[in-house]
Amino acid sequence: MRLSTSEALAMILLSGGITFCLRALPFVVFQNKKKLPPLLESLANNLPPAIMAVLVVYCLKALPSLPPIEWLPALISVGVVTAIHLWKKNTLISVFTGTLCYMLLLQVPL
Amino acid sequence: MPAKRFITLRFALAKTLPIALSYFFISTAYGIILGQAGYSFVWALFSSAFVYTGAFQFVLATFLTGGASLLTVGLTALFMNSRHIFYGLSFIKPFKKTGKLYPYMIHTLTDETYSLYCSLDYPKEVDETRAMVYIAVLAHAYWIVGSVFGAVVGNVLPLTLEGVDFCLTALFVTIVIDQWKAAKSHVSVLVGFGCGILCLLLLGASSFILPALILTSAILIIYNAKNTNKEVQS
Repeated sequence: MRLSTSEALAMILLSGGITFCLRALPFVVFQNKKKLPPLLESLANNLPPAIMAVLVVYCLKALPSLPPIEWLPALISVGVVTAIHLWKKNTLISVFTGTLCYMLLLQVPL
Repeated sequence: MPAKRFITLRFALAKTLPIALSYFFISTAYGIILGQAGYSFVWALFSSAFVYTGAFQFVLATFLTGGASLLTVGLTALFMNSRHIFYGLSFIKPFKKTGKLYPYMIHTLTDETYSLYCSLDYPKEVDETRAMVYIAVLAHAYWIVGSVFGAVVGNVLPLTLEGVDFCLTALFVTIVIDQWKAAKSHVSVLVGFGCGILCLLLLGASSFILPALILTSAILIIYNAKNTNKEVQS
C-alpha cells in the first residue's frame, strides 16, 4: 500500500537528514582530534552487532502470531543463509541463495 | 593528466566490482518492494540517492508501505545508522582534500565504501584523492541504478515476487554472523537478541522495535561504562 506523497516525502527527508547528520558528526566534532573518548570507542564496537541482532528479530516479528507450521520457510531459510555464509563467507551468495530458498518454500504447499 | 585519470578510474572500477554486485542485487530488491507497493521509480531514485543506507532503507520500505509515525522513522534511522558516527574519524583529512566534494564524500560514506577505503593500497600511478571520489560516485550510482531498475521491474512484473523481502533478513543474518566472528565478546549480539525477543513477546509485532532498540542501547551503555571504568582504574 502506498502512503500519500507528503507522508512518504516526510519520511524520506527525515531519514536522509538524520543519516547525513550522523555521518557528518565525527567530521564536525573530531576535526582536530585523533581519538574518541573511551566510552564512545567501546560503544562504537559494541552497539552495531546488538542493533543488527534486534533487526533480525524485527524481520521475523510476524512468526509468533503464525501457527508453528508456517514458521518453517523462514526458519529453514535462516538456517540455509547461516550455513552457506559460514561455508562460503560471501554475503552476496548467502543472501541470494537464502532469498531464493525462501521464495521457493513459500510457493511449495506444505 | 588524462592518462592518470584513466588509470585511476580503471582502478576504482576494479575495486568497486564486489560492491557493484551486492549493491545492485540488494537495491534491486529494495526497488521491487517500493514498485510493488505502487511507488514509481522516481521514489526509488530519490530515496536511494538521498538516504543511501542499505539496511535502513529496507526498514524504510516497510514504513513507506505500511505506515509509521515520524517519531518511529526518525528514531529508527538514528539507532540503525548510529554506527556511521564512527566511520568518519579515519577519513577527515583525506576527505578534506576533495575540496568542494567534501560534503558529498561524507554523504556517501557507507559500510561498504568505508571498508573499501580502509583496505585500499594505492599504486603509484593512481591519484588517491581522485580514486576515493570515483569510488564514492560509482558505489552511489550502482545503488541508485539498482533501485530504479527494481522499481520499474516491480511495477511491470505480472507475477508477485512474494518473499523477495527475505533478502533483508538474509542480509542482516550475514552481518550478525560476520560481527559475531569479528567480536571479542558476544555480549552485544546476545543482548540484542534477548531484548528483541523479550520486547516482541511482551509488546507484540507492531510496537516492539523502538523499546527493544532503547533497551539494548541502555544495557550496552551501562555495560560499557562499567568496563571502561574498570580499564581506567586498572
